[in-house]
Parts: sequence; structure tokens; C-alpha cells
Amino acid sequence: MTVAIVDYGMGNLASVRRAIEGLGGRVEIAKHPQELATADRVVLPGVGAFGEASARLRESGWADALKDEILLGTKPLLGICLGMQLLAVEGEEDGVHPGLGLVAGRVCRIDKLGCRLRVPHVGWNAVSHRDDDPLFESIPTLMDFYFVHSYAFQVDDRDAEVATVTYGTVLAAAVHKGRVFGTQFHPEKSSRAGRQVLENFLAYPSC
Amino acid sequence: MLKVRVIPSLLWKGVGLVKGIGFDSSRRVGSVLPAVKVYNSRDVDELVLVDITATSEARHPDDASVSEFAEHCFVPLAVGGGVRELSDIVRLLRAGADKVVVNTAAYELPELVSQAARKFGAQCIVASVDVRTMNGGYTCMSHCGTRDSGRCPVSWARELEARGVGEILLTSIDRDGTMMGYDLALIESVTKAVNIPVIASGGAGSYQHMVDAVQLAGASAVAAASLFHFTEQTPAGAKVAMRAAGIPVRSSLPSALPS
Repeated sequence: MTVAIVDYGMGNLASVRRAIEGLGGRVEIAKHPQELATADRVVLPGVGAFGEASARLRESGWADALKDEILLGTKPLLGICLGMQLLAVEGEEDGVHPGLGLVAGRVCRIDKLGCRLRVPHVGWNAVSHRDDDPLFESIPTLMDFYFVHSYAFQVDDRDAEVATVTYGTVLAAAVHKGRVFGTQFHPEKSSRAGRQVLENFLAYPSC
Repeated sequence: MLKVRVIPSLLWKGVGLVKGIGFDSSRRVGSVLPAVKVYNSRDVDELVLVDITATSEARHPDDASVSEFAEHCFVPLAVGGGVRELSDIVRLLRAGADKVVVNTAAYELPELVSQAARKFGAQCIVASVDVRTMNGGYTCMSHCGTRDSGRCPVSWARELEARGVGEILLTSIDRDGTMMGYDLALIESVTKAVNIPVIASGGAGSYQHMVDAVQLAGASAVAAASLFHFTEQTPAGAKVAMRAAGIPVRSSLPSALPS
């Protein structure tokens, strides 16, 4: 099982890599889209600002490559934190920027979504998830996961929002559409529950 | 509901960990890597690691060492000390830090904070603010507590927030290492002034101090060093006490963690 972690210059790849290797996966840090060919799964990590990430994905060819993979390929994709937000149609951080458009909705600052508490949302918070979603297999509901973000994905496709978290208002915590998954929280930093999410992603069958 | 975090802080000096009173870093308390491993195995909420001599030695952060520590750290990790340029932040993030802590550079290079927040997102940047009482008031100190920045904590916190910082790690130098309790008045003045999370630091000597920092002063998280280095008290014990006081905290599940 080879997992390609997309390296587009933004993010803490090391933690994700170590977490996946700890679960027995083989990791390739993929700087170029061609490197997807040998992978069974793709992870899009992300730490940083939407606008810059969007530009980097487009300029590097990754945006097209990931969209093609989902349209035409077989590999499951997991976006983490900013990586989940990049699955959206567009994001509002620092101007409006296009996302990958793989899940309908847009990314807005959490206070714009109704949160009146301190921003960013930092720390451990309970995730309420749909019973039957494979990403949360074996995970009790309302387990705490680690969040650190100021923006959140306002998901338009209700079926795709498979988990939520409450921070002043209800925010999307995870999405799943077909082979595309996303978590707003950092599973690689979320202890046992987080590792279970990663394990579930690795176990999800390719088509 | 968001849980309150209990955060052990590790002060890194040269080859080892240190702790002291009033920022004098007078005692060696072991080495960084074993401490990281222990806290990792205890599944703490978060860990803060600060290289306290990088700025005075005009060194860039030692990201190679951070990379080594991060190999053994599966809990959220904030790293600081000597951060002066965007490239320092990039290297620390790539080395495995989830958040980067900036202190002295924020006073000397205010643009650095704004640029970093724009580039990496506010949530990656923690501003560390060290405060001493002076002439009847509070003053922010830079260079590991040795130089008067001329700023007062409330206005400085507001400026940091405006520049895009994600969190403030607020440390009372006077209370540091004394285990006599956090400076609640200081913490409250800052939590009331900003809408970003504030981590209380400096002075924790008992679980009750932590409860007070949250309930009386509005801290979003509590950091401690001496309490955990020099007494039998633990992050897990702190959370039991906080839960009993009605504060939402994460349970640490026993688990077989990778080491």
C-alpha cells in the first residue's frame, strides 16, 4: 500500500508521513503529479492560507492532476485541514480563490459562518459523525480530534458532509464523496481516534 | 465543545532541558528527547518546545534537532526560539512543528508576523509574550526576558492580533518557576483585550492554579513546566481536577502509541 503525500510546498508533511508509516503504509512524498502513478492512495495535507495553496496547486499542475485522478482514476484521496478546504469550489481567504471543486461548497472564515468565539478554533473538540461512514468505522461518536483553523468548509452537498464539530456554530469536520475524503481536523495529531481515521482511509477500497 | 488544553512546556538550552525561576534557567532537568517521548507516551494535549538561547546566540532555529524530536512526537507541537525570518518558519514546519512560536522578532520585525500569518495562516503562528512587573505596571520583555520592549501587554496583544497572530502564549516572568500561581490579573487583562486564544504560562504550582487561570482569567489553555518537572503532578491529574471543576477537557485514552 503506497500512499503519495502531495508536496506543494505547504505543510507539515513529516507528521502525516510518520503516522501513515506507523500504520504500515509506504509513503512517497510526491513533488510532481507524475509520481502519483505508483501510488494506491493520495493525501493532500495543508497548513497555511487558501489563496497561496490554490495558486501553488494550479501552477504546479497538481490541481489538474488531482481532478483528473478523481474523474478518471481509481485512487482514494484524503485532504487534511487546508487540504480538505481545497476540495471546495472556492475559498475566501485573502480574496476569492478557486479550489479543486471536488465537493460543492465554499470556504469562509468561521466567524462569518456564525462563530462568536475566539478565532482560530484551536484544540481538541468533539466530532459528531454519521453512523455508517467508512472514514469513522470503529470510532465512537463525540470523540475529540485536534483542530487548528480559522476557516471552514461550508458544504453545499449535504450528503457529502459526514461529520461536524460545534464551535460557537456547527462546522464541517469531515467530508466524503465517492473516493474523495476530507478532514478539517488533523488525524495525524489526534491520538488513537485520529490513527483510526487514517487506518480507515487506507482500508477504503480503490475502484 | 472545545476542550481546555493542558500544555507541558519544555525549555531547551544547548544540549538539554532547563528550568529556573524568573527566567534564570538555573537547573538542568534532563534532555529534550526523553522528555518529548514521555509526554508523547502520556498523550498530552499539546507540547511547547522553546530554544531559549537561540536569539541571544543569534542562531537560527535548529530544525535538524527539531526534526529528530518530532519523529517521536505524535501530539501537536509548537516550537520556538530564534525565529527571525520566514525561512525559519518554513524549516520548522517542514521539520515537524505544527505551530511556530515567535517572541523577540515580533518586536523588532513586526512585518514578519503579518507576512507569516498571510503565508502560513494565523493558526500556525503563536506569539510568545513575556511580561515583567516594572514601576507598578506590566512591561513586555524581549530577548528571553532581558530587554525592555517598551510595550505594555494589552496594547501589544492587540497589535499582535491585528497583525494576524493565531494565539498568544502569555508568560509572567515574575511568577515563572515560583509555583505560586499564574498572574491572573495579567492574564485577564489580555484575554479581555483580544479575541484570539490565550495560553496562560508562568507560575502554575497546583491544579487549582490552572482551574483559576481558566475560570477566573479566561485562559483557553494552561502551560506549565516546573509543576511537571519538579512535582508529582501530571497533565492527566490536571485534567481530572479541571473536569471536577466543570471545565471541559479531553480524556487521554490509554493506548499503544508508536514510539
